[in-house]
Amino acid sequence: MTTFLGVPGTGNLRGTESFPRAARHALTDTQMRRNVGHATRTIRTKRLAAVSECDDWEQLRLAGSALKQDVMSRLPELLEQLEANVVARGGVVHWARDADEANRIVTDLIRATGSDEVVKVKSMATQEIGLNEHLEREGIAAIETDLAELIVQLGHDKPSHILVPAIHRNRAEIREIFMREMPEAGELTDEPRVLAMAARTHLRRKFLTARVAVSGANFGVADTGTLTVVESEGNGRMCLTLPETLITVMGIEKVVPTFTDLDVFMQLLPRSSTAERMNPYTSMWTGVHEGDGPREFHLVLLDNGRTRVLADEVGRAALHCIRCSACLNVCPVYERTGGHAYGSVYPGPIGAILSPQLTGTHGHDDPNASLPYASSLCGACFDACPVRIDIPSILVHLRAEQVDSERGGLPSGQDLAMKGAAWAMGSAKRFSLAEKALGAGRLVANKDHKITTLPWPGSKWTSARDIPEPPKETFRQWWTRNHQGDAR
Amino acid sequence: MRIALFATCLADAMFPQAAIATVTLLERLGHEVVFPPKQTCCGQMHINTGYLVEATGLVRNHVEVFENAGCDYAVAPSGSCVGSVRHQHAMVARRAGDEGLARRAEAIASRTYELSEFLVDVLDVRDVGAYYPHRVTYHPTCHSLRMLRVGDKPLELLRHVRGMTLVELPSADSCCGFGGTFAIKNSDTSTAMLADKMTNVIESGAEVCSAGDSSCLMHIGGGLGRIRSGVRTVHLAEILAATEPAVVTR
Repeated sequence: MTTFLGVPGTGNLRGTESFPRAARHALTDTQMRRNVGHATRTIRTKRLAAVSECDDWEQLRLAGSALKQDVMSRLPELLEQLEANVVARGGVVHWARDADEANRIVTDLIRATGSDEVVKVKSMATQEIGLNEHLEREGIAAIETDLAELIVQLGHDKPSHILVPAIHRNRAEIREIFMREMPEAGELTDEPRVLAMAARTHLRRKFLTARVAVSGANFGVADTGTLTVVESEGNGRMCLTLPETLITVMGIEKVVPTFTDLDVFMQLLPRSSTAERMNPYTSMWTGVHEGDGPREFHLVLLDNGRTRVLADEVGRAALHCIRCSACLNVCPVYERTGGHAYGSVYPGPIGAILSPQLTGTHGHDDPNASLPYASSLCGACFDACPVRIDIPSILVHLRAEQVDSERGGLPSGQDLAMKGAAWAMGSAKRFSLAEKALGAGRLVANKDHKITTLPWPGSKWTSARDIPEPPKETFRQWWTRNHQGDAR
Repeated sequence: MRIALFATCLADAMFPQAAIATVTLLERLGHEVVFPPKQTCCGQMHINTGYLVEATGLVRNHVEVFENAGCDYAVAPSGSCVGSVRHQHAMVARRAGDEGLARRAEAIASRTYELSEFLVDVLDVRDVGAYYPHRVTYHPTCHSLRMLRVGDKPLELLRHVRGMTLVELPSADSCCGFGGTFAIKNSDTSTAMLADKMTNVIESGAEVCSAGDSSCLMHIGGGLGRIRSGVRTVHLAEILAATEPAVVTR
């Protein structure tokens, strides 16, 4: 019997170049670095304050983690329960194996309504499958209604943050985008209120005319069939209530067993994401109701690599993510490179463990194979994660998977260096010989006793940092000289 | 107390002064220090680069060496090497299918301490009798902060050092960008992180930047030296081992 391990995820989950290469370009964008640095520092400080107000924060994190572990251990059963309850309340459930299948399902559903325009609630799942691009090719206009997502869409740009997709833009840039793309708004200043009002006027027209809305979901409750969207602007709620047809695309890992489980997540999520005590607009809907809200409700359950991730005992914790972005905001790598360098719609630490697992990787030239290495393993992400995903350990696990998958082939320079070092350090005798060889480094040191240039790959270090010359006497030589006789 | 020094390969080969200072300090506090000479490397670099298979032999060697040291404790002048022993060794052994080694690694891990936590938690000492007449700022390394949870134990020790002015490091808990092979594989990003760390060190007004890990200090010091900042790096152990020169009477 073969075990079904799922199909690889497709869509916007992989960039065109490796992380180090993409990061090198990104690091030269001084405006982006200022914008992202300022924004992440601000959110970081606020989050710490919001979290420190809760005496039971650690218990909440443990509860969130336990709930997610429970979900992963019985995912098929919970999904079938969710399906049954959505159907019982008048909804229709569709299952999508990958991005293509999900896009096809959504397109057909929109076509059936006769509409060629949809309003959208900000959603990572539809970003992941590239729904907007697909709909555009099919002649259907998708209008993003989240303010930041609208900025990204009007700027013909890509989101660079899970929660704050336009985090890489400042208000002067946003003013330019609005004036160019919304000529009806007239002359604008870069005051946040002026910009928000222009977007509001632009969007209200769309809300009143759109007949179809597409959303994602933060949670799907198995025992009631309730879907939940958590947002800050109220624009999401407009989409969820005004149109006649609502289509929700939800990753299968977003299911929770019972309605009361939301109690834990609705405390963890706002404080971790926007540093708010309570989320401003929490929309929940269960099926359809005569004369109230959409008349048709479709739920598209998206796999797109998730079953694949679930099959990995260590890596599966990446599916616990509730998309709060706290890990992005505390990550020293993300803070410098911004989100685009990660290639996938999921940037930052969570993206570094989620994207390569969703897609799988093909050899070390695969851009996603470089993502698990896009971290100094400083551990700030694990501390900030509201559901305690041990991102550093998963990064190490994925690095090991990567190295192991290449065994048996032609060894790379790194393979040789690592194997050589392991051999040299395999015995104290060889290690002390290696130390003596290292002493030759004194020959290339300058008069300040520093080594300032080395050939590749050492040049990657000496491009910005010196190395002290190796000492005249190693520690073990000193020890032998001073503690001879008592060495064991 | 009989203490086994876990010197770490980096301190042994490149920064012997940190290991020597650890010996000097522990002996001054009245303890017997032994150096099990068969120790080499804990395997952290291999593990964090994904070479867990290659690291298994290093883990086995480490476990055997410290099992046979005949000591109650092993102490290292490094947060990240102790972090690897405590949080990775058993995992590496289990991945290699060696449950026996994993159990032994866990036993060794439970007796292995980073210097500042050993001084405060085990020896219950804050004032180690040090004298260091310099303006110092302290970088709490990521693994000592977030793997070992040493908290402000190093600062408690530093506050008791006579003659020293301890100045605050802005954004102290941000990574310096070292991250082992990260500094090579992602050297541009690593350098960007280092640049901000150096700015903060310089802004602190310190003449010395200290930390509990030779590796992070090699990175920060390598950058500070390159730009001729006038700030030097000194391991925590060296500051704690320093004493007032004997006063010459008559």
